[in-house]
Amino acid sequence: MKENNNILVKLENTGVQVDKKWLVKGVSFEIQRGKIVTLIGPNGSGKTTTAKLALGIHKNIEGKVHKFTNKIGYVPQKISIDWTLPLRVSDFMILTENLTTNEIDTALDLTGVKHLKNNDLRNLSGGEFQRVLIARAIAKKPDLLVLDEPVQGVDFKGEIALYELIKKISEKLGCGILLISHDLHVVMSATDFVVCLNGHVCCSGTPQAVANDSKYKELFGDRASTILSVYEHDHDHTHSTDGTIETKK
Amino acid sequence: MFDDFFIRALAAGLGLAFVTGPLGCFVIWRRLSFFAGTLAHSALLGVTLAFSFDINISFSVLLVSSAIALILLRLQKTTKLPGDALLGLLAHSSLAIGLVVIGFLSYIRFDIMGLLFGDILAVNKKDLLVIWFGGAIILLILKIIWKPLFASTVNYELAEAEGMQPEKVNIIFTILMAAIIAISIKMVGILLITGMLIIPAAMARNLANNPQQMVVLSIIGGILAVLVGLFSSMQFNSASGPSIITAALFLFILSFLKISKFRQLKK
Repeated sequence: MKENNNILVKLENTGVQVDKKWLVKGVSFEIQRGKIVTLIGPNGSGKTTTAKLALGIHKNIEGKVHKFTNKIGYVPQKISIDWTLPLRVSDFMILTENLTTNEIDTALDLTGVKHLKNNDLRNLSGGEFQRVLIARAIAKKPDLLVLDEPVQGVDFKGEIALYELIKKISEKLGCGILLISHDLHVVMSATDFVVCLNGHVCCSGTPQAVANDSKYKELFGDRASTILSVYEHDHDHTHSTDGTIETKK
Repeated sequence: MFDDFFIRALAAGLGLAFVTGPLGCFVIWRRLSFFAGTLAHSALLGVTLAFSFDINISFSVLLVSSAIALILLRLQKTTKLPGDALLGLLAHSSLAIGLVVIGFLSYIRFDIMGLLFGDILAVNKKDLLVIWFGGAIILLILKIIWKPLFASTVNYELAEAEGMQPEKVNIIFTILMAAIIAISIKMVGILLITGMLIIPAAMARNLANNPQQMVVLSIIGGILAVLVGLFSSMQFNSASGPSIITAALFLFILSFLKISKFRQLKK
């Protein structure tokens, strides 16, 4: 089993059918330790479904999902917290894992919401809540992070900072990341492997390979394929040396 | 100073309050008020079966309520009917079957009022043992499954994704609910057990700002309701079970007043 040591999740020709309609079909890829795999695709192409397949949320599936870890941090795309629950941010942080106060503080600090620690969860704004969700997922030091549009509703400056943080964390913890993002800039620059979905795997490979694939161009339009070059051009200007972000003027 | 039966009633009521407190919080958080009611209704069927086959009442109620609860979990998955419709279906059909069976058992004199409202003053030493021992087991199991159960209450998919096995703990929790109804039916009866589950927890929700606090307040509320209810039932010679629930209602109303006063002070 030595070759499995770095593989966290492996999907083999998986698919899921609801009411006789395939949500997604024939998806295969694997997530390795320290690597970032991104799912891209238009609305309704099965990105979230694929993430849930990898997490084992969907039952009665086609194909096989091999999970080699149970230490998972998940940031779902949609989450609603019932107002009947009296839940502070600090209670939410320890939902699935026991953490020390120090660990909670550090994680909240990283995503910039430490000051909200004792606030009621339902009084947070959308962006603040999203930051808390990310903090909770990384605080437990997972082997695998599954992030379903993790920065939705976060302000522009915060968006870049959070993506930087995610990248830093994957390096520091050596965890694998499954990312769903609409931000093709981020996808093309920061990830190791891209899976382009449209109900099935449209194309997959390194960002460069996908960007040059004709199917990708078909799906996202010609402009999308120029993103890679745009990004490479801007590279020096978006990061400062100490790792903080300099937004372009 | 007090009669033995009154001491036993107190002990039984307090034992019950310790268990209904935490369970009641989950009933409120998971919006299961009607679920608790459905289980309680199905308990009547359990009682009649106990008489028919001459088995222990609590045991029979536990079996029937668990069965109904598991049928419900199954139906929720396989049909497109909303949860409340399924609950109504199960509650009233099991109640009806229970009443039909009672009709056939004409050779036994049935105290329907006793079944519906219980009689906490008639609790004997063996019942006490069932309540405290059974209650302790329920609380212990609840403590063990607390984290996954709470996580799946907050968000089912999150709990599932992060390996908390929500389906398993849901089934265990459902059986715990059936168990509390089984051990308490003799004391507060079918109609009032739901009140004992919901009202102290609802009071606690008004005052608490985190889950642990709500559980503690819910237990305290239940204990106060039992004390106030039983002493006033002795004072005014009122029915004991309903007095306890009425006391709980008063506590709930008080919790409202306290909150609005607190808000005024803040301004």
